[in-house]
Amino acid sequence: MKRLVQRFFDAQRPRFTEGGRLARLYPFFDAMETVFFAPAHTTGIGPHVRDNLDVKRFMTLVIVCLLPHLFFGMYNVGYQSLTATGRSPDFLPACLIGLKAVLPMVIVTYAVGFFWEILFAAVRRHTISEGLFVTCMLFPLTLPPTTPLWQVAMGITFGIVIGKEVFGGTGRNFLNPALTGRAFLFFAYPVRMSGDAVWTYMGGQAAVDGFSGATPLALAAAAEGQEVVHTVLNQAGYDLWTLFLGRYAGSIGATSTLLCLVGAVALIAMGIASYRTIVGGVLGMLATGALLNLFAGPGTSPWLALNPVYHLVMGGAAFGLAYMATDPVSSPDMESARWLYGFLIGVLTVLIRVFNPAFPEGVMLAILFMNVFAPLLDHFIIKARLKRRMANT
Amino acid sequence: MASKTTPARQAFNQGLWSNNPIAVQVLGICSALAVTVQLRTAIVMALALTAVLAGSNLVISALRRLIPHNIRIIVELCVISTLVIIADELLRAFLYDISKQLSVFVGLIITNCIVMGRAETYALGNPPWPSFMDGLGNGLGYGMILVAVAFFRELMGAGNLLGFQVVPEAIYGAGYEDMGFMLLAPAAFIIIGLLVWVQRELMERRK
Repeated sequence: MKRLVQRFFDAQRPRFTEGGRLARLYPFFDAMETVFFAPAHTTGIGPHVRDNLDVKRFMTLVIVCLLPHLFFGMYNVGYQSLTATGRSPDFLPACLIGLKAVLPMVIVTYAVGFFWEILFAAVRRHTISEGLFVTCMLFPLTLPPTTPLWQVAMGITFGIVIGKEVFGGTGRNFLNPALTGRAFLFFAYPVRMSGDAVWTYMGGQAAVDGFSGATPLALAAAAEGQEVVHTVLNQAGYDLWTLFLGRYAGSIGATSTLLCLVGAVALIAMGIASYRTIVGGVLGMLATGALLNLFAGPGTSPWLALNPVYHLVMGGAAFGLAYMATDPVSSPDMESARWLYGFLIGVLTVLIRVFNPAFPEGVMLAILFMNVFAPLLDHFIIKARLKRRMANT
Repeated sequence: MASKTTPARQAFNQGLWSNNPIAVQVLGICSALAVTVQLRTAIVMALALTAVLAGSNLVISALRRLIPHNIRIIVELCVISTLVIIADELLRAFLYDISKQLSVFVGLIITNCIVMGRAETYALGNPPWPSFMDGLGNGLGYGMILVAVAFFRELMGAGNLLGFQVVPEAIYGAGYEDMGFMLLAPAAFIIIGLLVWVQRELMERRK
């Protein structure tokens, strides 16, 4: 089998290398070949040490971790759709409806993403980076299932071209491309993306009476006066356990905190994600939530009194911390800077959620904001390190 | 080719393209963000700035041997502000609605770096006719970018051009939505960035 594959690639190689008819598409050939074989490239100048875990394996492992989110997301979309339209939420029909809603979004994302990546790779004569696979997997998972396909295409275009390629491609982007695309859709079509609109895929069916479709975060932000946020959530059927498992309306792949936890542990164990960023983020959210509890009282927004644990399990915070904040390109490189980076993401997420009524979810903007500051954090940590050194004598 | 270009023509062409005030000098960005939500305001603003710039370059160049070096900035400002006030009054008299939409931005032409910059760098050292053409070229170069940005912002943000709906109802019916982002100032930054990208790419090609 291995020999067969090798023979196929060896036969195709002349067409794609110098002088071949498809020489301009060499990046595409290279991308396909390295799926099957470890690259035989050698570096021309030092350092010559190469890790077995190259970008391709690295990114592929992230995709493997994301697949459960995709499958659970499909099931959940179908489940929400069936309950909203008053049908019985059986497992198989739910999966089929979810497949129908989510698969086109994933396909469009990959098709459009690949188009731009190959275009830039061919023009600039560099190879296709596997970061694209992760970006294109993350992007649809962060969208509500009601997003029209043309908006999906617009979003991923913006994310790849403006978020990444204009700065020189993977490794040079200072923002996370998937989040850049999502932020673009958020500001471009605010009505649809801010969580005020219904995020449940209907599939052409009418909703049952009394269906509101509000996401937990939208409910929490709408609570006022003497209401207590977690009672409001409980009344809507969102107890802590449901929120943790993720069976509620929200972005396709970001609802389940349980899966994010599993994914985060797997990524940390494989040495891909930095546990400092993730733990820092969780601590930041809990600390800010607890701090706000101290200020809660009559006359303040009910948000302030919410148990900090709820912040972790609602919306996309866990997903953002596990997969977006740990993006090795846009997060700081210094280990100690990562603690601060993660912590501040957590702090900002809670602050944006609680104090800015226009944005029900804060994690996207918090991560993008800290992406911008990542080089600055690195700079100061290095400065502090150098200060501790003995002066040159 | 080179022998045919007079200093005046060269000054005009540079302002329009290779030394474009927004795309290359990166001046006048503030007003380029503020007045480009609609095509109409952008066109009026571009014309107002071109008139002021050409006029101020002409006057300052004519006075260049009379202006004492120590107080030249004040003299330049007097000339520029006089012209801006005239432009502002004309707009109020004949295009009242648009002048209300432009609000302070016509008055702020006084502080527009392009006007001051051209006076300092070109008009003070060159005869009136090339200076006038330099002002005209730079003003039109500025206006060109402004109109391009406003074209995309109004088209994508509101589906209109010059206030008339150009995106047909049928497309809205098919699920198209206006891009709210285009009405915000950051959209102008991104469009200007993309225009700069295109312009640099074309300049490279021409070399």
